[in-house]
Amino acid sequence: MKHLSRHAVPILFAALCLFGIIAAKITPAFLLSEMLVRVGRNSVLVLSLLIPILAGLGLNFGIVIGAMAGQVAAILIVHWGGHGILGFAEAWLIATPVAIVFGLATGWLFNRAKGREMVTGLIAGFFANGAYQLVFLFAIGSIIPFHNPGMVLPQGYGLRNTVDLTTIQYAVDDLIPAHIRMEGSELRVPIASFVVVVIFCLATLAFFRTRLGQQLRAMGQDPHVAAIAGIPVERNRVIATVLSTVLAAWGQLLFLQNIGTLNTYNSHEQVGMFAIAALLVSGATVSKATVGQAILGTVLFHTLFVVSPLAGKALAGDAQIGEFFRVFVAYAVITVALVLHAWQAARVEREAAKL
Amino acid sequence: MIARVRSIAREAGIPRLLIAAFVVVLFSVAAATHMNLGSLITDSIVRVARNGVLVLALLPAIQGGLGLNFGLPIGIICGLIGCVFSLNANVGGVSGVLLASAIGTGLAVPAGIAYGWLLNRTRGQEMMVGTYLGFAIVSGMSIFWLLAPFTNPTLVWAIGGKGLRTTLSLGGIYDKVLDRWLSFTVAGVTVPTGALLAFFAICFLVWWFFRTRMGISIAAARGNSRFARAAGISDERTRIQASVLTTVLAAIGIVIYSQSYGFVQLYTAPLLMAFPAIACILIGGATVTRATITNVLVGTFLFQAILTVALPVTSQVIEGDISETARLIIQNGMILYALTRTGGRRG
Repeated sequence: MKHLSRHAVPILFAALCLFGIIAAKITPAFLLSEMLVRVGRNSVLVLSLLIPILAGLGLNFGIVIGAMAGQVAAILIVHWGGHGILGFAEAWLIATPVAIVFGLATGWLFNRAKGREMVTGLIAGFFANGAYQLVFLFAIGSIIPFHNPGMVLPQGYGLRNTVDLTTIQYAVDDLIPAHIRMEGSELRVPIASFVVVVIFCLATLAFFRTRLGQQLRAMGQDPHVAAIAGIPVERNRVIATVLSTVLAAWGQLLFLQNIGTLNTYNSHEQVGMFAIAALLVSGATVSKATVGQAILGTVLFHTLFVVSPLAGKALAGDAQIGEFFRVFVAYAVITVALVLHAWQAARVEREAAKL
Repeated sequence: MIARVRSIAREAGIPRLLIAAFVVVLFSVAAATHMNLGSLITDSIVRVARNGVLVLALLPAIQGGLGLNFGLPIGIICGLIGCVFSLNANVGGVSGVLLASAIGTGLAVPAGIAYGWLLNRTRGQEMMVGTYLGFAIVSGMSIFWLLAPFTNPTLVWAIGGKGLRTTLSLGGIYDKVLDRWLSFTVAGVTVPTGALLAFFAICFLVWWFFRTRMGISIAAARGNSRFARAAGISDERTRIQASVLTTVLAAIGIVIYSQSYGFVQLYTAPLLMAFPAIACILIGGATVTRATITNVLVGTFLFQAILTVALPVTSQVIEGDISETARLIIQNGMILYALTRTGGRRG
């Protein structure tokens, strides 16, 4: 019974997905084709959340800032004419130092707002969005010398709403080309992307076993004890944030190379919410999450994402309801996880006060 | 002399001084370029009256120890339901506003009790829980607006005949009834007397409330919960009272906002409404743990004046609308500043 309740969240979610699949009469082939693409392009973003959770920082809503770093690199690569897998590699290379700087800034903020890292990360994401708009909508082409008629708005400054990424589209997905025929249509199997995801999973697991990883775990369990034991808590918190931000930048680039277009001013906005909701539907919590949960959560959440509008259309005759429903589920899942976490923390504190 | 300047700066807070200076610069540019100052000031005042109660709604939450109430949309939704019912019943004029506020309040009281109960069990994470609870309720209510069995043809989509529209026009019902009541024009500035009076009256009520026995106990419990318990005040109880008050004020606030704006905005519109309101009260000098009516008045005026004047002034210099970008940076920069201030840190 205890075992069941521990897995209540993913079981409930799987049941919801199954109900939707049956209601909308979705074929396994269609679902498989959607999942191949979505799991390949979203997993790294979800994995980027794990290290801050280990370090006791909670859910890093600041990965939006990492995604922005990835987009800065994508824009530069298109401008400089990089293409194919080499262009993609350059994008990762450029994104890295940008993400490190952003991560240092976010980590510094988190250290100034201990105990409020999550809300600070969320607001920092909104703030960074304003700064991003200032740079790409106004400064570029006017203050920053950047003249590319294909990318800049006709007025001479500001980037267009979309940046065409066809030059690096499928750069990773098609590195090992594989197609299967299913129900009469060609289906792309992004083998290389899955290899990348597996490498990141293994790297995260290996990181957990390093000295730094163990220090982060100790900090996550009790920061005061960790500090007394001589662990440089503030420095390690910054490192954890930087790692998370860099992973998010790489993950966003992996996502964009599959999509093939960058919505200059919107692509990053939902990244945090969807990655966090995906992680949480697996039964992960604000203070404990594993690599396996990250992958399971990505599969479950994106199944619902695909199924929900179709089920809404089949059940109520309106796809809009399904779209509202999946946004509602994403927010509700995050809310429930936050409530459960805070509830437990408050109870522990109350019991400590009694002693 | 320098010490005095420094103490004044500390008193007023550096961000507040910077933003006040920014407002002065914007108005000077507007005056120097012969823009219509009268209409700019009119717009600023109208927006203060429009947003004021929503900003005021944050005060009880801060005073009650709940922190910045990012869950403001919970109360806003209650007010919106009130608006929709009053529109459906076709009640116009001031009585329409009163009916909407009454229904909104009626819903906000139980909603506030439930919200406060939840916040009591999630101490230390009130802001995060409030944010996401608000998001979840707004998106859940989107489904409700779509499925709600309203049939009044002015409210539902013309095609299909069901599902409420995204924006409901108040034209001819209670569009600007408060704004227009006793309004007058002096030197090119039109004053929306009724709406301002309503705002000031509610401010006075809240000010007065915090001088009653209940109000004092709410503020006392925030200060030191153990001390309060020794004095016979349960802070669990006062926190719920604060949460009810903030939710009720948000419900009334959105009704006043809608009548001034002329439209009731449904679906995702309330999603991010807490953030500009929070920026207002912080610009006014409030912290995560302390706020006054003066903070509300000063902050609302400064932030709304920037939003009003920034667009026409900057559009003379550059094409395109930079005011939305400026709003994002000022608003969220201000909230970040408040969250990271050591003085505002919880024990």
